[in-house]
Amino acid sequence: MATAVVSTTERENYINAEYGVRSWLFTTDHKRIALLYLISITAMFFVGGFFALLIRLELLTPAGDLVQADTYNKLFTMHGQVMVFFFLIPSIPAVLGNFLIPLMVGAKDLAFPRINLLSWYLYIIASCMMLHCILTGGVDTGWTFYTPFSTAFSNTKVVEAGLAIFVAGFSSILTGLNFVVTVHRMRAPGMTWSRLPLFVWAHYATSIIMLLGTPVLAITLLLVVFERVFHLGIFDPTRGGDPLLFQHLFWFYSHPAVYIMILPAMGVVTEIIPCFSRKRVFGYSFVAMSSIAIAVFGFLVWAHHMFVAGISLYSALFFSILSYLVAVPSAVKVFNWTATMYKGSISFSTPMLYALGFIGLFTIGGLTGLFLAALGFDVHVTDTYFVIAHFHYIMVGGAVMGYLGGIHFWWPKISGRMYPEAWGRLSAAIVFIGFNLTFFPQFILGYLGMPRRYWQYPPEFQVLNVFSTAGSTILAVGYLLPLIYLMWSLRYGKIAGPNPWGAAGLEWMTPSPPSTFNFDETPTVTWEAYNYDEIPAPEEEVSLER
Amino acid sequence: MSDSPLAIQHAPELRHHFADMEQQRDAASFGMWLFLGTEVMFFGGMFCAYLIYRYWYYNEFAIGSRSISIWLGTINTVVLICSSLTVALGVRAAQMGRRKLLVTLLLITMVFGVAFLGIKGLEWYQKFEEHHVPGSSFNVDDLVQKYPGIHIDPAHSQIYFSLYFALTGLHALHMVVGLGIFTVLTYMAWKGRFTPEYHTPIEIGGLYWHFVDIIWIYLFPLLYLIDRKPIH
Amino acid sequence: MKSQLTATPAPPRPEHILSAGMYVTIWIALMILTVVTAGVSFIDLGPFNTVVALVIASIKALLVVLFFMHVKYASDRLIKTICVAVLFWLMLLLGLSLMDYGTRHFS
Repeated sequence: MATAVVSTTERENYINAEYGVRSWLFTTDHKRIALLYLISITAMFFVGGFFALLIRLELLTPAGDLVQADTYNKLFTMHGQVMVFFFLIPSIPAVLGNFLIPLMVGAKDLAFPRINLLSWYLYIIASCMMLHCILTGGVDTGWTFYTPFSTAFSNTKVVEAGLAIFVAGFSSILTGLNFVVTVHRMRAPGMTWSRLPLFVWAHYATSIIMLLGTPVLAITLLLVVFERVFHLGIFDPTRGGDPLLFQHLFWFYSHPAVYIMILPAMGVVTEIIPCFSRKRVFGYSFVAMSSIAIAVFGFLVWAHHMFVAGISLYSALFFSILSYLVAVPSAVKVFNWTATMYKGSISFSTPMLYALGFIGLFTIGGLTGLFLAALGFDVHVTDTYFVIAHFHYIMVGGAVMGYLGGIHFWWPKISGRMYPEAWGRLSAAIVFIGFNLTFFPQFILGYLGMPRRYWQYPPEFQVLNVFSTAGSTILAVGYLLPLIYLMWSLRYGKIAGPNPWGAAGLEWMTPSPPSTFNFDETPTVTWEAYNYDEIPAPEEEVSLER
Repeated sequence: MSDSPLAIQHAPELRHHFADMEQQRDAASFGMWLFLGTEVMFFGGMFCAYLIYRYWYYNEFAIGSRSISIWLGTINTVVLICSSLTVALGVRAAQMGRRKLLVTLLLITMVFGVAFLGIKGLEWYQKFEEHHVPGSSFNVDDLVQKYPGIHIDPAHSQIYFSLYFALTGLHALHMVVGLGIFTVLTYMAWKGRFTPEYHTPIEIGGLYWHFVDIIWIYLFPLLYLIDRKPIH
Repeated sequence: MKSQLTATPAPPRPEHILSAGMYVTIWIALMILTVVTAGVSFIDLGPFNTVVALVIASIKALLVVLFFMHVKYASDRLIKTICVAVLFWLMLLLGLSLMDYGTRHFS
């Protein structure tokens, strides 16, 4: 309901359409909800990052001299839980997906706007529960909650953390549900499945995983809570329970969860690369189908986290082979991105720098995943820093860089302002350097045998650990800079037009920022996706003067 | 059915982001089916635990199954199936615009639901009295004595009862939520909010109720009918 | 403005008002199957007791899904696809977990 006065200089948009805290806290506008998520997720990111810094500080020296062993257990647990469940899983879907999917399909909003708001409130409730848990003692079980330690021996707040993640999972399920129904039922006339931006395909695949996997995590955590509270001994070995059953149920979700984290980032990269190569995506249907393939195959590999836990050898063989197969669709995407850039007109804008960084780092992370899928090698490096380096390459080098690239790419659309390009590129470079300095030494450390989750280590590992900690401080700077200059740009950034990048997609045909109902008239789509042969390059070249 | 464009355009229940009531109803139904899919996976995790422990501890599961009342279980199954019938007939009443019939059927459905929970409460009480509730006072000596020829490990027995309480407890919780939803639906129906053109909440509420019934349809044989063969 | 809006053309769905008699017939079938499954559990069929019980339960569930939940009359295949897909995923969870437990004693 428009009550704002439309001045000659400021058109009515979703930000100024209504004022007041109530208009934000009770909004059903998907764009406002995306901003609410942006703020909350950023806060949780820095909470998780704070724990990471403490971990790296402790690991500067071989002795356990900063914190006690029990406290160290809590540090890596809280880092993992907050980063996985409160940052990585929601990040791109809840912020960029929420904001963009209705715009990209040509709809006025998601299918269920009130459920979207409920989803955010569940996330906030879950975050408050988790923060309360952290402030009143935390958890020390590792983010994986392995039994019987978590059910029978840990003296920390397992129940509260488990319930917090349960609520966060519900938030995730509702987001996925909203996306699936929106993509099926709310596409504008002419927006066929094969004209959808691949960002939408990626989120569709992600949503399938969210819907099918998260409930299993929910029941698993609930069973852990039941065991602690009601003494139902389902995972208790002294009562005939099998701790491995917990691991099967836990990883049935938690492995596909890593695809929840990476697929949206791949979707972001697939939007950025063609725009800054001025070429359509090579192999559209292969990229679309590979997203679906990753979602499906991702459910068939979970026990590769359990190779040394005691599963049968034949089971291990099956999961090992399938873990090799699941790499194929990811590789397909990398080939397609590369082919998209081939003979394109490349410009190294900030989003492009993040996207290029993503491709390189994700490839390294993915390849090391194949090392881990080999049974013999896994026996040597499981539970070492090799595994930690592997998943951080994918989650930080991949997902977080994808997230930052997406934030920068769509920032003009979201805020109506341009960020300062020079600072953007500088930060991207700092992130890239800081990241590699932090995590590449960890591959070596792991291979040499340094175990994970240990708060002390043999002195011969110190040099590499010092490199890693140094890298982490650089990385922290790289993350703080965007926080500062993006907020600065809200007030002082150059005003952005509807399509500063000359990008393809319905969202770029709306004003920046869009009006509350996205489109004055529902568009009718008659063109294929990524029609860069028809779209003129932006008038001003992406330059450092912005 | 009055389908004039004017009527649909001005339908007060049409949310602004939908183009027409058809799209809104389709989206709501689709959304509920997806949600029920997530619920299948939710209970599925417990069915997985059940499957594995039944495979390992068949004797204890069989004996545990015999210790719960097949009569009460069968009656409860009948009660839920009847409630599914009344729900389905209620949706039909809504489609026909018969308000009083709809309200009556919804109320009968809720009576069945409460009856189910009452019987379930009685069963749980029986287990409590017999010391078959997992925890510090768990004791299956009575079962060990009753079936002398069969080796029963009390620890493994406790797993059966843990799953029994977890499964029936979560199912009952879903039932309670269902009763809450139906209370709201009954009130809305009584107020005349539903017409042949718009009764989507009844439809999707009905879907949820049927789902809760289907879970019980599987829980009944899995918990009550594991092995009731005469023992030689 | 609204009159110009057209959404993704939804499949026209004439509301099937099914006869009360049909619902009652299904209900009777469900009742009979309930009594049968309870009764059969007292008969010794060896390992087939479990199979029979699950088959009967599945038939009952199918009747509820197809008729009470109107899936038989759903005009688009999306709902049917969801049902099949979810069942398939459940089988993945159960089957692949059982694969581990079932082959442990061979290792």
